[in-house]
Amino acid sequence: MTAPAPLIEVEKLEAWYGKRRILNGVDFTVHPGEIRVIMGGSGSGKSTLLRHMLGLNRPVSGSVRLFGTDLATASDREKLEVRKRIGVSFQGGALLTSMTVGDNVALPLREHTSLDEQTIRIMSRLKLEVVNLGGFQDLMPSQLSGGMIKRAALARAVVMDPRLLFFDEPSAGLDPVVSAELDELILRLRDALRMTIVVVTHELDSAFKIADTITVLDQGNVLMTGTTADVRAADNERIQDLLNRRPREVHVDADEYLQRLVGETE
Amino acid sequence: MEALTRPLGKLGRATAGALSGMGYAAMLLVESLYLSMVGWRIGQPLRLRAVLEQMRQIGVDALPIVCLLAFTVGIMLGIQFVSALGEFGAQSQVVVAVAKSVTREFGALITAILVAGRSGSALAARIGSMTVSQEVDALAVIGIDPVRYLVAPALIAMLIMLPLLTVFADAVAIYGAALYSAPALDITPSAYMLQTMSLLDPGDLGQGIAKSAVFALLITLIGVSTGFSVVGGAEGVGRATTRAVVLSICWIIVADMIFSYFLNR
Repeated sequence: MTAPAPLIEVEKLEAWYGKRRILNGVDFTVHPGEIRVIMGGSGSGKSTLLRHMLGLNRPVSGSVRLFGTDLATASDREKLEVRKRIGVSFQGGALLTSMTVGDNVALPLREHTSLDEQTIRIMSRLKLEVVNLGGFQDLMPSQLSGGMIKRAALARAVVMDPRLLFFDEPSAGLDPVVSAELDELILRLRDALRMTIVVVTHELDSAFKIADTITVLDQGNVLMTGTTADVRAADNERIQDLLNRRPREVHVDADEYLQRLVGETE
Repeated sequence: MEALTRPLGKLGRATAGALSGMGYAAMLLVESLYLSMVGWRIGQPLRLRAVLEQMRQIGVDALPIVCLLAFTVGIMLGIQFVSALGEFGAQSQVVVAVAKSVTREFGALITAILVAGRSGSALAARIGSMTVSQEVDALAVIGIDPVRYLVAPALIAMLIMLPLLTVFADAVAIYGAALYSAPALDITPSAYMLQTMSLLDPGDLGQGIAKSAVFALLITLIGVSTGFSVVGGAEGVGRATTRAVVLSICWIIVADMIFSYFLNR
């Protein structure tokens, strides 16, 4: 029996912001049914990698394929077909502030299906129930707390029953209880809806709780990809620094630094 | 040497930035026109409800302030022409002078400047805050083209409403001028209006309408392109809003000058 084709294939991906290299030949694959956590410290390139996976940035070199389609070279119609099969929960929720919570959740259905309004309303309320926001459909996003916004964004992300779900820093800015609730919700979604889930985070507790496999990024390089046990047992110094919350040692040559500053201001 | 190269470098970067901004605005124009016309074929139809909503915001909601301003400008022109032409014994030319200057120039210009301040800034602020809060990214990953969703309705609404507002402003300004000038010319305001209508030819109105269509393009494209380019959170949104208004007004005046030169040779 052959293994199922990967849903995400990232090959030799490079990204630059101006003269700064952010991703340095990143390679990995994500298979159906997995919860993959992409973990790394601040500035490791996680968010840039996510933007490339979502087709929001074009790779300088290398490629990202979702469902076998390279979003950088796909036609508009092919891109649309891929996007109907993915859901994304952004760090700040990214709910449209001009719409009610219910309209936000219903938006993908209204845009991409020919369902009647009654069915759309029922489906969006069902998804709000799934994330424990039943009855909140008439509120505006500004009337919700941070945790509720993330859950509403999650309801919008899953309303089309996508096969692939992305989370950007799901626990960021949440208290530990709400953060744990969100982790449970992610696990429930995978089990109930059989989704493949990619979570970008720097929260260690959350990462080890939900992950099947973890890809560790550091300064634009993949340090390793493996199970949670593999990552814990890794003998890589940077991974252990990250796991044990040890700050990176920074050596500053004061004379050289001063000379550089003077050079820049002249 | 560096004292020479540094300003040149700055000038070069500013020029490259301006050219890149124009290129980006042109791309937004082409993409929104393309999506408006054939978007339905690729699952990206034009949102007619959004167009109507934008038409209300840009056009109907602006009626009171356009009315007030056009009326004031009309009276002001009446005062100036009655006084200036009276010095040469040419008071009989007041009606034609007001009619031509309002329809060819002031109606379109005043309306465009007002709409740039009201709606151009609102567009930049709305799209800017959506960019900062990743709402634009969210639209893209949901499979909704942000240009189709945010730019096309505003562009079409502006192209319809600005010329209509201009015609409205022309009528109100001429009426304002009539109220002031008619007694000085010893005629009734309705006689003044009838005389205006007989003196104007369609080309005069057409000149103002053609200008207002170009101004509509400028206001929308500058508003949306500065909105999409916002960086730096709430402060960036504020900067973009101011920039959109200043750039729009500058470009409107420059375009008006170019238009006036070619249309009145």
